[in-house]
Amino acid sequence: MICQECNQRPAALHFTKIVNGETTEVHICEKCAQGKSDLFMDNGGSGFSINNLLAGLLNIESNFQHPKANSFPKTEEVRCPHCQLSFREFVRIGKFGCATCCETFNKQLIPILKRVHSGNTAHIGKIPKRIGGALHLKKQLAEMKDTLKTYIDQEEFEKAAEIRDKIRALEKRVHAQGEGDES
Amino acid sequence: MSLEKFLQNALSSWMNHEGPESDIVLSSRVRLARNFKDYTFPTLFSHEEAKSILELIKKRLESEVNSEIGQLEMIEMEQLQALEKRVLVEKHLISPKLVDESTHGACLLSDDEVISVMINEEDHVRIQCLMSGLQLEKALQLANILDDWLEEAIDYAYDEERGYLTSCPTNVGTGLRASVMMHLPGLVLTQQINKIIPAINQLGLVVRGMYGEGSQALGNIFQISNQITLGKSEKDIVEDLTSVVQQIIAQERAAREALVKTSNIQLEDRVFRSYGILSNARIIETKEASTCISDVRLGIDLGYIQNISESILNELMILTQPGFLQKYAGGPLRPYERDMRRAALIRERLNLDTKEHS
Ligand SMILES: [Zn+2]
Ligand SMILES: [Zn+2]
Repeated sequence: MICQECNQRPAALHFTKIVNGETTEVHICEKCAQGKSDLFMDNGGSGFSINNLLAGLLNIESNFQHPKANSFPKTEEVRCPHCQLSFREFVRIGKFGCATCCETFNKQLIPILKRVHSGNTAHIGKIPKRIGGALHLKKQLAEMKDTLKTYIDQEEFEKAAEIRDKIRALEKRVHAQGEGDES
Repeated sequence: MSLEKFLQNALSSWMNHEGPESDIVLSSRVRLARNFKDYTFPTLFSHEEAKSILELIKKRLESEVNSEIGQLEMIEMEQLQALEKRVLVEKHLISPKLVDESTHGACLLSDDEVISVMINEEDHVRIQCLMSGLQLEKALQLANILDDWLEEAIDYAYDEERGYLTSCPTNVGTGLRASVMMHLPGLVLTQQINKIIPAINQLGLVVRGMYGEGSQALGNIFQISNQITLGKSEKDIVEDLTSVVQQIIAQERAAREALVKTSNIQLEDRVFRSYGILSNARIIETKEASTCISDVRLGIDLGYIQNISESILNELMILTQPGFLQKYAGGPLRPYERDMRRAALIRERLNLDTKEHS
């Protein structure tokens, strides 16, 4: 067996990667393996699958589009305003160019994220302490405003006044956090 | 230089501590991928941007680091020689990608080499904590402390809905990759591993192994890590992985027990044959060395071999790699010279233990 990286030397190492039940065999020579054989580093592995996955998705999408190409906007034309990466380039390299890419490709990204993360698209983990403080409060504020509306609709004005005061106090805190570190 | 002294300098001091379940779990690793707000990601950033990322970190280092973190030393890739970089890769402190592809790449290392932070690799920052045995929660705790310390001064690329934004869509969300290295000779010998791997995959975890000819994992070592970074909290990711690992440990222990019961003498024979090869071979390739080292480690765990320290598997797996062999030899080696060196180093290492005990 010949090394599939350089197509020259005989393959000495046979690397098997299993992701979600899909087995990928990689046969490479010792020289080419030096860069890849590091089991501890996750980036040696994830690159392969994400590129294949993205390429596959683009193919599927363009196949679907083909019959009525006119009624769909061409997804390949989308370009990130910050780093200039096009969706097509993103699919080819499998990497975002900047934080804005995520927003730019949001629509096309959702099926990709779902595939990679078992159907999930929303982060429910850590919130950065500094930016996060305001985020937590913002969320809380939105919920309280909902409650306020409910109370007003139900004409429970005493409770409404109570929560309105709380909202005002919270808004002050959000404002203060925007200016300096409070937590 | 004597081997003893070389070992002291060569091996990360975290390896001296035997973590929980360290007879089966060689090490635990946690990695957090982070990027800085308003900077292009490393795949596309300019030299200037790469440099300013480095400057931001340097500036942050000027201020006090949390006492739990201790001193961090910054090493820029440009300052290192090829062999030095290779040794860092073989110690799993940095990736080949940081060495080969980064612009203004650097790493921060703690004294005990538990913490290594890669700068300007695939993401602006990759915080990594590496500990012996099964200690994912502790490793995550430490990574979080360092993460918070960086975030105190630097704005991260973070989206309310998607979480931490990373170069690769596979890391978006928590940016967390938790992984453990497991030595599973019992499950391999009883051929249960082929059934267990698909079951682990079903749980959203990834299993990797280095395979030699005949598809036997090199040294019976497997890495298990989380696949999903979105829709699950860091705590859940680490807890779920830990509980799967604990089940695998239980199965590995059961397999070993069954082996001892059913084929004690065959197993003992296998262990001592491998011990014989390691203590006598003059030329040994990676694959054979890995197999024999795995057997000897199993022999230690089962009590067949008493005068050799358990850390030998962790140590030799790292020390018998080309970069380390050349560092020990003090110069470049051809492949056949490496095989000779490897054999010599293993013999010396075994001698070190038996001398101490006699
Ligand atoms: Zn090759
Ligand atoms: Zn972009």
